[in-house]
Amino acid sequence: MSFSDLKSAPTGKLSWEFRGEELHLRGRLDLQTLEQHRTRLEKELRQFARPRLQVNLQGVEYLDSVGVAFLNLLRVFLPSQVQEVTLVQIPAHLKKVLENFSLPSQKERRGVLRGEWLADFGDQVYRIFQESVPQFFYLMADVFYWSVVDLFHSRHRRKGEFYHQGVLMGANAIPIIGLISLLIGLVLALQSAAQLRQFGANIYVVDLIVISMTREMGPLLTAIIVAGRSGSSIASEIATMVVTEEVDALKTMALNPLRYIVVPKMHAMIVTLPLLTFLADVVGIFGGAIIANIYLDINFSIFFNRMENVLLFRDLLTGFIKSIIFAGLIVLTGSFHGFRVKGGSEGVGRVTTASVVTAIFLVIFADSMLGLLFYFD
Amino acid sequence: MNAEKQNKEAVIRVENLSAHFGKRIILREVSFQAFSNEITVILGRSGCGKTTLLKHLIGLYPVRQGRVEVMNFSLAGIEEDDYHQFALRIGVLFQNGALLNSLTVAENVAIPLEQNTHLPASIIDYLVRLKLHLVELENAADLYPTQLSGGMRKRAALARAIALDPPILFADEPSAGLDPVTLSALDELFLRLKHGLGMTILLVTHEVPSILRLADRVVFLDEGRVLYAGPLTGALESDIEPIKEFFRRELSLRSLKGSSSLQSRK
Repeated sequence: MSFSDLKSAPTGKLSWEFRGEELHLRGRLDLQTLEQHRTRLEKELRQFARPRLQVNLQGVEYLDSVGVAFLNLLRVFLPSQVQEVTLVQIPAHLKKVLENFSLPSQKERRGVLRGEWLADFGDQVYRIFQESVPQFFYLMADVFYWSVVDLFHSRHRRKGEFYHQGVLMGANAIPIIGLISLLIGLVLALQSAAQLRQFGANIYVVDLIVISMTREMGPLLTAIIVAGRSGSSIASEIATMVVTEEVDALKTMALNPLRYIVVPKMHAMIVTLPLLTFLADVVGIFGGAIIANIYLDINFSIFFNRMENVLLFRDLLTGFIKSIIFAGLIVLTGSFHGFRVKGGSEGVGRVTTASVVTAIFLVIFADSMLGLLFYFD
Repeated sequence: MNAEKQNKEAVIRVENLSAHFGKRIILREVSFQAFSNEITVILGRSGCGKTTLLKHLIGLYPVRQGRVEVMNFSLAGIEEDDYHQFALRIGVLFQNGALLNSLTVAENVAIPLEQNTHLPASIIDYLVRLKLHLVELENAADLYPTQLSGGMRKRAALARAIALDPPILFADEPSAGLDPVTLSALDELFLRLKHGLGMTILLVTHEVPSILRLADRVVFLDEGRVLYAGPLTGALESDIEPIKEFFRRELSLRSLKGSSSLQSRK
């Protein structure tokens, strides 16, 4: 729907006539009439073949800012051989309108500087390494420092915040993490069962499930799910607080926003993520045991007997260390992006997305680094 | 004629409008008229129902009791299609601007032009720059609303409200948070819109200097009732106590300032 469709539009009329070099306009020259007649008028203007055009406004009753814009931009619609456009016989009551609603002519829009793409790319890389990376490490140092300090300063802790965050990040994630790791355990066992059966190496499915769940799949899966759940919520919560100036308010009340907002989350995450990882290990192995029981004729007692021999404390420890590092990374990327928010509600959405993507990337990157490290002992 | 329309017609008619939120009564039987090509100011102290009244006039709150007619649109139980027609012909400046934060100032002003007209890009571009020039923000065209100060945001929102040259402009506290120089420039713009384009303007404000400069007609609200509705001169000479107090405040404050400076000199 647009203005030209207005049922109840005022009965504005516009008419025009070309007389030699003159264009006589009559009636109302406003949004409604221009919407109606502009295409026809423009077509006739484009066929105008003389070097000068005088626009006679004597018959014009009403002019609004769209009309003024049209008159000022007439040249755009005229063929290029027209050298001069003048407005003549302007009625007194229109002079003021023309004067008040015209742009000062000398002001042209300033151009935007556009660099070469290579320079732009270099600029971006430079900015990442000059600004983002150092900022991330500063934040990491600060959060690490305050997380340790606040362990011993109960006065600065918000009462109940650790518990509250622990429920949000940990307890509430139990069902989804349990379900996903059960499914992964099932699938992992199922896929390997088909292969192992060919060689009669059925029993090794226990080794495969137990080691891969505890060392790799458990910590990684849990961290990725938690990065999606809690990492995004940390980023959006902090970003919203920045946008609504709550963070500024905290600063002016002599509170350290890192200590007040981030540290409780860090504590809660470092405690709950290893516990969730342990849950994922247990449920995943159980899922593997079910498949082994059904497809490979390995009953539970054989499975768990074998597991006792296979499962080393070192494997559990590996997963545990990994999950603590992942916990730190998730909280840090969430708060890093949250504090960097620019703009309003759209900015919050942008940093939330960025934080999830970065957190998952960092988790997988750290996992591969740690994998290498533990592989060589 | 462009400049002076001699025969005044009532473009806004409100009859016995009442409104309440839950048990709290906000408006009690409000009646008044506003005439074309005039500036009508709704005034009163904070919490007297000014913004609620305005939101009824622009159709954001449903009219449950009474009648509201704006430009021959009856707003009680208005159909969606009719409301669309109505919305095309009004401009609204919200109290805190209500600019879309994800768009630049220029893009914000261009929204109504691009969505509701078929004008070519060159004219839209010209109009956007013109409206920003009118509110003296031409240098802020490419900034985002969050990069603007409160007063600038309000002026950008005004540029958007007048983008389509609406016959009626509603403005909710356009003066709040503006410095005196910007304020008088804004008042001048309201007068230009009124005289140049024959716009009808309805303002909600309690800035006394602005009221004296602009108002043709005032509607004085007190605890949801209309105490006075009529020409400004009548309000200035009124004997009704809250109105007298409202306009006297300016003067009494000035005398208070004088006496305190005398005391500090002693």
